[in-house]
Amino acid sequence: MQTAISIRQAVKRYGPITALHGVSMDIADNEFFTLLGPSGCGKTTLLRMLAGFEDVTEGEIHLFGERIASLPPEKRPVNTVFQQYALFPHLTVLENVAFGLKMKGVPLSDRNARAGKMLELVHLSGFADRKPSQLSGGQQQRVALARALAPQPKVLLLDEPLSALDLKLRQAMRVELKLLQEETGITFIFVTHDQEEALAMSDRIAVMSSGQVQQIGTPREIYEAPVNRFVADFIGETNLIEVDVDTVTDGQATVTLPGGHTVVCAAASNNSGRHALSIRPERVAITDHAPDLQATVERVIYLGTDLHLITRLDGGEPFSLRLQNASRVALPEPGARIGLKLEEGAARLLAD
Amino acid sequence: MKGVRHYPGFLAVTLLCLLVLYLPLTVVAAYSFNGSTSITTWGGFSLRWYADVFTGPEATRFGQAAWNSLTIAIIASTVSTVIATAAALAMIRSGRFRGKTASYALINLPLLVPEIVIAVATLIFFTTIGLTTGYLTILIAHITFCIPFAYLPIAARLSGIEGHYEQAARDLYASPWQAFRLILLPLLGPGILSGFLLAFIISLDDFIITNFVKGAGMETLPTAIFGSVKQGIKPNIMAISTMMLGVSVLFVSLSYLINRKGRPAR
Repeated sequence: MQTAISIRQAVKRYGPITALHGVSMDIADNEFFTLLGPSGCGKTTLLRMLAGFEDVTEGEIHLFGERIASLPPEKRPVNTVFQQYALFPHLTVLENVAFGLKMKGVPLSDRNARAGKMLELVHLSGFADRKPSQLSGGQQQRVALARALAPQPKVLLLDEPLSALDLKLRQAMRVELKLLQEETGITFIFVTHDQEEALAMSDRIAVMSSGQVQQIGTPREIYEAPVNRFVADFIGETNLIEVDVDTVTDGQATVTLPGGHTVVCAAASNNSGRHALSIRPERVAITDHAPDLQATVERVIYLGTDLHLITRLDGGEPFSLRLQNASRVALPEPGARIGLKLEEGAARLLAD
Repeated sequence: MKGVRHYPGFLAVTLLCLLVLYLPLTVVAAYSFNGSTSITTWGGFSLRWYADVFTGPEATRFGQAAWNSLTIAIIASTVSTVIATAAALAMIRSGRFRGKTASYALINLPLLVPEIVIAVATLIFFTTIGLTTGYLTILIAHITFCIPFAYLPIAARLSGIEGHYEQAARDLYASPWQAFRLILLPLLGPGILSGFLLAFIISLDDFIITNFVKGAGMETLPTAIFGSVKQGIKPNIMAISTMMLGVSVLFVSLSYLINRKGRPAR
C-alpha cells in the first residue's frame, strides 16, 4: 500500500517547552488514521504541523514522497475540518464550500456544480443559500466537512470535529464520517481525546502522551495488546496489578498473581522482575472452581447492559469487573467473598 | 438581585444629570427656530436663522469654514483609519513582538494627554521644523489625534474575530493577501466603518488643537463659530450649532448601529 504521509523524527519546541519529542509514523493512503491522547499530548500540534499552521522545529514530513515541512498551508494539498468549524460567517453555505475551488482557480459554474455535489454528499442540498449562522451545530459540522472535501485534498485533517456536538449526533456522525471516508477514498487523519470515537472509526490509531507516540496499531491491537501502562489505562478500563514475573520467553510470561496462583499471559517485553499486569474487567468471570484470584465485593453498580462490580483483592488492591446483565446472573451482595477466573487472554503483562 | 432603581435618590440624581447635560442643548436647538433677533425671548417659530446662515452677511465666512472642516474631516479620518487598521492588525494578529506593550501605550496615550498640551506641543513642533501653519498643519494634526479614536472600534472588532477564519482560508489555498481581503476585511468592515465615523466626528468637532495650528486667516467651523461668538451670540450661531449637533448625532448613531448589526454570528 502507498504511504500518504511519512513523519520522521518530528520535533516541535516553543521556546524552552518541547511539545513533540521526535515523533515518527507512516500513514497509508486511504486510511482512517486517528491521533488519540489526552489534552496536551501533542496530537493537535502534530495535526497543525501537517496542515502548515505550525512549523517543524526538527524532522521531516513527506506527503506522497514530497517534502512539505517548509510549505505554507495554501501550497499543501491537504484540507482541515476545524474544531470550531470556522465557517466564513459572511458567505453562504455554497460560497463556503466553493471557497477552496475558487482559490484554486476553478471557473464559477464548475465550482458551484462541484460544491453542490459536496452538499449532496453531506445531505445539505437545500441549504446552499443559507448563512452558516442559520444552521444547527450538526449542519455546520457537515458544511465544514463538505468545504474541506470539495477541493479533493489528498489528505483530510480533522481536529476534534465532533467535540461540539451532543452525544446522539456524535454517534451518528461517527458512522457518517467512516462512510464518507470509504466513499471518497481520501486519507483521513482524525484527532480526538475520545477513545470510544477512535476505536469506532479508525483503521489504525496512534496513542500519544506527553509529546511521544506510545503505540500505533489497529483498534483491536491497541485495546487487547497495549504495550505499556499508559495505553492500557487510557484505552478503556483496566485493572493494573503489580506481579512478579517468573519466566518470560517469546512474548509469553508466567506470572504469580497476588494470592499465589500462577497464570500464563502475553507479555509486551522480555524483562523479568516486577511488572504491571493489565486485566480487562470484562474478561473476568465469577467462579467457585479453582479461582485465580479471591476478592471481596464492595459495591455493585447496575448499568443496564452491564453490571459493574467494585471489589478488593485479598492483597488489598482494588479490582473492578464488568458482567453482562444476563438474566441468569445472580447479583453478589456487598461484603460477599467471590472467586475470580481470568478468561483466555484477559491478562497482559506490560512493559512499564 | 436588587435593581439599581431601588437605591435611594437614584431617580433624583439621574434627572439632575440629564437636566444639566441636555437642557442647554435643548435650549440652543429650540431657540435656533426663534423668530426674533433676541436670544432670550421667544418670537415665534421661524427658519430665518437657518436662512441667515446660508445667505446672510456671514454666509461666505461660514461656508468656507464648513468646506475646510468637511474636507479636513474626510481626509483626516480616511488616513487615520488606514493607519489605525494597520496598527490593529499588528497589535492583535502578529503575535508577540518587542515593544508591543509600549506600542499599545503609544497608540492610546493621545486619549489621556490633555488636549491643550498636544495643541501647544504640535504648534511648537510645526514652528521648529519650519512648517507654515495653515490647512496642511491642521490636516496633519487631525490625522494624528484621530488615530486612537479610529483604532478603538477596529481593535475591539478584530479581537472578537477568531484567528481560525484566516487559517481556514489559508488552508483552502488562499494566499495571505487573499485571506485578508476575502475573509478578514469583510468581517472587520463594520469596525473599520465605525472607526472612520468616530474619527470623522472627532475631526469635525475639534477646536483646541485646530485653533493653535490653523494660522492666520484659516478657519474651520468650530473656530469660525468661536470667532463669531466673541462679538456676541446671535441666533444664527444657534442654527449652525444645531446643524452640527444633528450631524454629530447622526454619525455617532450610525457608528453604533453599524458596529452592533455586523457582529459575527457564532
